[in-house]
Amino acid sequence: MEGFLELFGEYDVVGAFWVNIQLTFWAALWSLVLGTILAVMRISPIASLRWFGTAYVNIFRNTPLTIIMVFGTLALWSQLQVNLSGDFQLNFFRLAVLSLSVYHAAFVCEAIRSGVNTVPLGQAEAARSIGLSFLPAAWLIILPQAFRGAVAPLGNVLIALAKNTTVAAVASVAEASGLMKTMIEFRPDLMTQIFLTFALGFVLIVIPIGLLTTWASKKLAVAR
Amino acid sequence: MRNTRYAVAAMAAAAALTLSACGGDSGSDSASGSADSGSGDSIRIGIKFDQPGLGFDEGGSYSGFDVDVAKYVAGELGYGEDQIEWIETPSAQRENMLENDQVDMIFATYSITDTRKEKVAFAGPYFVAGQDLLVRSDDSEITGPEDLNGKTLCSVTGSTSAQKVKDTLANEANLVEQPSYAECVTAMQGGAIDAVTTDDIILAGLASTDANKGQFKVVGNTFSEEKYGVGIQKDSDKCEDINAAIEKMIEDGAWEEAIKKNTEGADYTFNADLNPPTMDACA
Amino acid sequence: MSQSVLFDAPGPRARRRIMVGNILGTLFILALLALVVYGLAEKGQFDAAKWNPFIEGRTWEYFMLPGLLETLKAAGVAIVTSIVFGLVFGLGRLSSVKAISWVAGLVVEFFRAVPVLLMMIFFYQFLSKSTPVPSSDVPFVAVVLALTLYNGSVIAELVRSGVFGLPKGQREAGLAIGLTRSQSLRIVEVPQALVAMLPALLSQFVVILKDSALGTFIGYTELLGYARRLASGEGNILPALLVTAAIFIILNMILTFAAQRLSRLLGARAGALLKTDEAVDPEGVPAPVR
Repeated sequence: MEGFLELFGEYDVVGAFWVNIQLTFWAALWSLVLGTILAVMRISPIASLRWFGTAYVNIFRNTPLTIIMVFGTLALWSQLQVNLSGDFQLNFFRLAVLSLSVYHAAFVCEAIRSGVNTVPLGQAEAARSIGLSFLPAAWLIILPQAFRGAVAPLGNVLIALAKNTTVAAVASVAEASGLMKTMIEFRPDLMTQIFLTFALGFVLIVIPIGLLTTWASKKLAVAR
Repeated sequence: MRNTRYAVAAMAAAAALTLSACGGDSGSDSASGSADSGSGDSIRIGIKFDQPGLGFDEGGSYSGFDVDVAKYVAGELGYGEDQIEWIETPSAQRENMLENDQVDMIFATYSITDTRKEKVAFAGPYFVAGQDLLVRSDDSEITGPEDLNGKTLCSVTGSTSAQKVKDTLANEANLVEQPSYAECVTAMQGGAIDAVTTDDIILAGLASTDANKGQFKVVGNTFSEEKYGVGIQKDSDKCEDINAAIEKMIEDGAWEEAIKKNTEGADYTFNADLNPPTMDACA
Repeated sequence: MSQSVLFDAPGPRARRRIMVGNILGTLFILALLALVVYGLAEKGQFDAAKWNPFIEGRTWEYFMLPGLLETLKAAGVAIVTSIVFGLVFGLGRLSSVKAISWVAGLVVEFFRAVPVLLMMIFFYQFLSKSTPVPSSDVPFVAVVLALTLYNGSVIAELVRSGVFGLPKGQREAGLAIGLTRSQSLRIVEVPQALVAMLPALLSQFVVILKDSALGTFIGYTELLGYARRLASGEGNILPALLVTAAIFIILNMILTFAAQRLSRLLGARAGALLKTDEAVDPEGVPAPVR
C-alpha cells in the first residue's frame, strides 16, 4: 500500500484523466455539431447531400478509430502540414479532438436520425401546412423534438466517446491509457492496483453520464 | 415458433463452427509444441518480426542482422537453416518465453541488463549498440542530441529514450510519439519531424529498406551503450558454444559483412570503439 | 417517419434550386477530396512504388490475408464468448435471487465503463507474467478477454432489456403451464428476446470486429498489425492504412447489411411482441456504439 501511494505521488494520474475529460468535452461538442449537420443532410431534399451523409456515416462508422487516429496525425499533420495550434503539444490534442469528432459524428448522426423517427408524421405535415420550407421545418419543428427523443442514444455515444479518448495515446497525446502502460511497465508488482485505479477513474466518469442521460431522457421525453 | 427454433439452431450451429475452428487450432499448436521438445533435431530461435534490418518477416522468409547472426550461430551449434524454427519474441515477452521454455535462443535487440539477468542468462554480446539519431540525409545541422533544441524528435509510444534526450540533453526539443518507427520515418519524409531516436543499428535498418534508401543518415554520435546479447535459459549449457561461434563469426569476416549487408544505403558506420565486441564471461 | 414528408414534392422552381444545390454540393465535396489528394500526391503518397505492393500476390499471401485471418479469428472467438458471457450475466441480472442479480449487475456495469484498450493493456501485462497461458498466445487471449468482458456486458444488457420488452403475458403463460420462474425464462422468454435482439446483437459484432484492431498495440498482429509490418518494409504506411480501412469498411458493411436483412425478416413478428418503446428501428439497426 505504501509503494502504491508513493507511485501516485510520482505520476500525475489526475492530470492524465483531466486530459481525457477535456478530450471528451471538446470532441462531444464538435461531434454534436458535425453529427447534426450530417443528420440534416441525410433528411434533406438534395440528393447529393443525402448521398454524402450516407457515405460519411458508412465510412467512419465502420473504420476502427485507431486507424482514423493514426491517419489524423500522420496524414493531416505530417504530410499535409495541418497545424491547429501554434503550440506543439496543443496541436496534437486538437488533432485528436478532430479524429474523435469525425468518428463519433457518424454515431451522433445515427442517434439523431433515430430521434427523428420518433417524431410523428403529423408534426412534419403541420410544419409544411403553415408554409415552412425544409430548413425552417427541420430546425424549428423536427430537430428540437428529435433531440428530446434522442437523448438516450446520444448519451450512449457520449459514454463511448469518453472511453474512446484512451485511443488518443496513439496520436501523441499523453492521457490515461498511456500513463497506465508506463506505470505498469515500471511497477509490474503493483499492476492490479494500477489497473483498478484507472478502471475506477473511468467508472467515475461514465456512471454519472449514464445516470444523467437516463434522467434527462425521461425528463425530456415528449409524452405521446 | 418454428422459425424461432431455426434461428436459435442456426446460431448454435454458427457458434459450434467457430468453436470447432478454434479448437482445431489449439490442437495443432500443442502438437507442434510436443514435437519440438521431444525430437531436438530443430532449434527454436526468437527474433523480432517487425524490425527491418534486424529481424523482419519478409513474408515467409526472415532477414536482418539478428537473423544472420542467429543463422551463423545455429550453424556452428550444428543446426542447418532448415532446422531453425523462427519464433516472434516481442520485447515485453522475452524473459517469459525463455522461462517457459518456448524458445531456445533469443536474438532480438536484447540488451544485457542486470534486471534481466535475474531471470535469464545471456551469451554474447554480439553487438554493442547505442542510442543515436536518424536525420534526413541533407540535414547538416543535427550532429548530436544537443542540436535538437527547437527541433522535433520522434520515438515510439511508451519509449523512454526520447524523454531521456529531452530531460538531459535538449530541453527545448519537441517530442512526438508514434505507434511505430515506420510512422516516424513517414513523418520525417513529409518534413514534419527532424529526427528519430533509438538504438543506432535499428535506425540503420530502418534507413536501409528499399523505400528509404539514400533518404536518411544515422548521425553516428551515440550517447548510450546497449550490449545486444543472446538470451538463453538460466540453466542452458550453450553459452560457451554461442560465444565461440560469435567470436568465429567476427574473425572470419562474416560478422562485418552481415552488418554491411543489412545497413546498406543507410550511410551508417558502427561505433568501432565498442565493436566488434568482446564476449562477456558466461555465468 | 419517412423522409419525403419533410418537404413538398418539388415544383419546377424548387427542382432547379435542388439541381443547383446538387451541383454545388458535389463540387464542394470534390474540391475537398481534390485538396487532400493533391496534398498527399505532392508528398509522394500516390507514387506507384507505394501502391504497387498491393497488386503483388506476395503482399496478400503473406501479409493482408494472414492478417485478415487473425482479425476474423479474434473477432470470431470473441463473438462466441461474448454471447456466452452475455447470456450468463443477462440471466444473472434477471435472477430472482437478489445476491445473484446484484453481483451480475455490478460486473456488467463495471465492464461497460472500462475502456477496452485499458483492459487489453492490463490483461496483456498480467498474462505475460508467469501464468499458465503460453506466451505466444498471450496477446490473443488478452484481446479476446477484453473484447468479451466489454461486449459480453453490452449483450447482457441486450438480453435483459429484450426480456423486459416482452409482454408480461409470455411469462404468465409460462408460469400457468407449470414452468418454474427460471424455466419460463430459459424456454419462453430468452429465446424470444434473442430473436428480437438479433439485429442489435449483429451490430455489436461490428463493434467487436473494429475493436479487435486495438490488439495491434499489445502485439497481437492482426490485419492492422500485418499492414504496419508490411509498411515498415515498403515505406508505405499511409497506403497500407487506407487499404486496411477499406477492408474493415467492407467487412462491417456486409455485417450491417446482414443485420438489416435479418431485422426486416424478423422485424414484423418480433417487433409486434415488444412494447413499442423497445421496438427495433424498422429502418435498420440501432446505432452500434462501441
